Amino acid sequence: MEYFRQSLSFTAEDWTAIGLTLRLCLFTTIILLAIATPVAWWLASGRSACRTIVQAVVALPLVLPPTVIGFYLLISLGPRGFIGGTLENMGLHHLAFTFEGILIGSVLYSLPFAVHPLEQAFSSLGRRPVEVAASFGAGAIDQFVSVILPMTKRGFIVAITLTFAHTIGEFGVVLMVGGNIPGVTHVLSTTIYGYTEGMQYDAAGRLSLMLLIFSFMVLCMVYWLNRRFEMVKP
Amino acid sequence: MTLSVCARITHSDFVFDVDVAWPAEGVTVLFGRSGSGKTTLLRLIAGLERPSHARVHFRDENWQDGGRWVPLHRRRIGMVFQEASLFPHLLVRENLLYGYQRIPATERKVHLDEVVGMLDIGNLIGRSVNQLSGGERQRVALGRALLASPRLLLMDEPLSALDTQTKRDILPYLERLVEQAGVPIVYVTHAPAEVERLADRVVFLRDGHIDRVETLKHTLSRPDSPLFNDEGVVSVIEGKLGQKEHGLTPFHVGEDCFWLSAPVYSEGAGRPQRLRILAKDVGIALFKPESTSLLNILQVTIERIDLAREGHVLLGLRLSGGQNLFTEITAWSRDRLDLRKGLVVYAMIKTVALAE
Repeated sequence: MEYFRQSLSFTAEDWTAIGLTLRLCLFTTIILLAIATPVAWWLASGRSACRTIVQAVVALPLVLPPTVIGFYLLISLGPRGFIGGTLENMGLHHLAFTFEGILIGSVLYSLPFAVHPLEQAFSSLGRRPVEVAASFGAGAIDQFVSVILPMTKRGFIVAITLTFAHTIGEFGVVLMVGGNIPGVTHVLSTTIYGYTEGMQYDAAGRLSLMLLIFSFMVLCMVYWLNRRFEMVKP
Repeated sequence: MTLSVCARITHSDFVFDVDVAWPAEGVTVLFGRSGSGKTTLLRLIAGLERPSHARVHFRDENWQDGGRWVPLHRRRIGMVFQEASLFPHLLVRENLLYGYQRIPATERKVHLDEVVGMLDIGNLIGRSVNQLSGGERQRVALGRALLASPRLLLMDEPLSALDTQTKRDILPYLERLVEQAGVPIVYVTHAPAEVERLADRVVFLRDGHIDRVETLKHTLSRPDSPLFNDEGVVSVIEGKLGQKEHGLTPFHVGEDCFWLSAPVYSEGAGRPQRLRILAKDVGIALFKPESTSLLNILQVTIERIDLAREGHVLLGLRLSGGQNLFTEITAWSRDRLDLRKGLVVYAMIKTVALAE
């Protein structure tokens, strides 16, 4: 009990990391939903030849070590990289070691976790409900809001939870692109790494336990949702 | 005022090539075996298939021609599919109103109460879609299509997923809808009985091509019609149901009267109905048989005699009101009775049933 009480007494530094992590997860999830929805729809309905290539690109973050993604991002977002350099030329700051930088990294790294559940949901939905909606005069946005979204709710919930949770657990990409700047790129996973490096095992333990419990609860929720929706599927 | 389609689609092992037009009114049935291209033609009309160089015109509107293409949601087409395709996240009422709410109030030709009454779905309206039986779902789907006040109704085998009894229950509703909707309907089926009961004209498809387009009357008058491939030649006779007598329902065709012993499911005496009689259920007598258990004996005139399958001939008989009745008898019987064109004889009919 005492251990649990102590576990919940976070330092100011911890709170900054928690706040930053949540902000990163929130933005990543929002951006990914906007990107993944059309991509997943296209993948689910497309018969195009480049479908396989897009599928492979989307799945790359699953197999590549985060350091590889982080490395390429660091190179291209940095002052001499293609993106960073362009920004510098425009009078802006490059993106290496910034919050925007790790945000881009997170979006890429969590892409498959948003696309896959949505793609699955869209392909099991099929074309028919959309065709029916169209025959009744519903345009594209109307179709999405009145039919696609409510009928694939489960896919969206799974995609959101997985993206959010996966971004919390991200380490390699953040470390490569963001370094370890408190309040800017200092997220939970890198904070734990920092504590451990500095032999502060109590502090590392506190945050680790919190992440463990949180991740466990998220996964329980995803599986529970999956089961519940499977049972009531029309 | 026609509906016309001209298109060519080539898949690896299927060539679909049609150039066809028919009046945009009444019920047009697309008839053919599976794989004949019925559904492809229907999807072309809906704009769900979009081959290049295709032309689709509805009345004076150009739905597809060259670069022009009107998407389905601007065509105002009601669609009913084999499976009801109701939206599972909406209640029955919300499903019914889905299309209704999406058209301007001034263009709404029917309202919820009328459709609910017509299809008898008042007790379902507050339910979830998942609680409905197959027949109930299909009735709600029909109502939903109707409430959208479509300018054209497309039905893709709407009854084929239902069992015989449910089919029989739902057909009268479908018939009433056809009668009252006043909307041109394109109806895909491979069931001859549905054609005979609902169609005004039939588009015969075979292997992705149009075989012919003809009125129901015309196709029923030719013994080699593809409609007769399964059960043999069938006569479809139009008339009206009367009030029950002696436990039998009379069916009036001009001066003549048929007696139906089978229970009649379609309610509504006085409404026009179609009777379905298999040619092999009709026999011929030269003189009116008096002592017989057969109820349906009618005076007819032999109009034509055609050869049928081996050893048989097909007689075309004319009822007093001018409608046609077919009978298939053996060639030997014809010779024995010396049946000739123009002869007045008596047709004895074993089974008479409403087309359903």
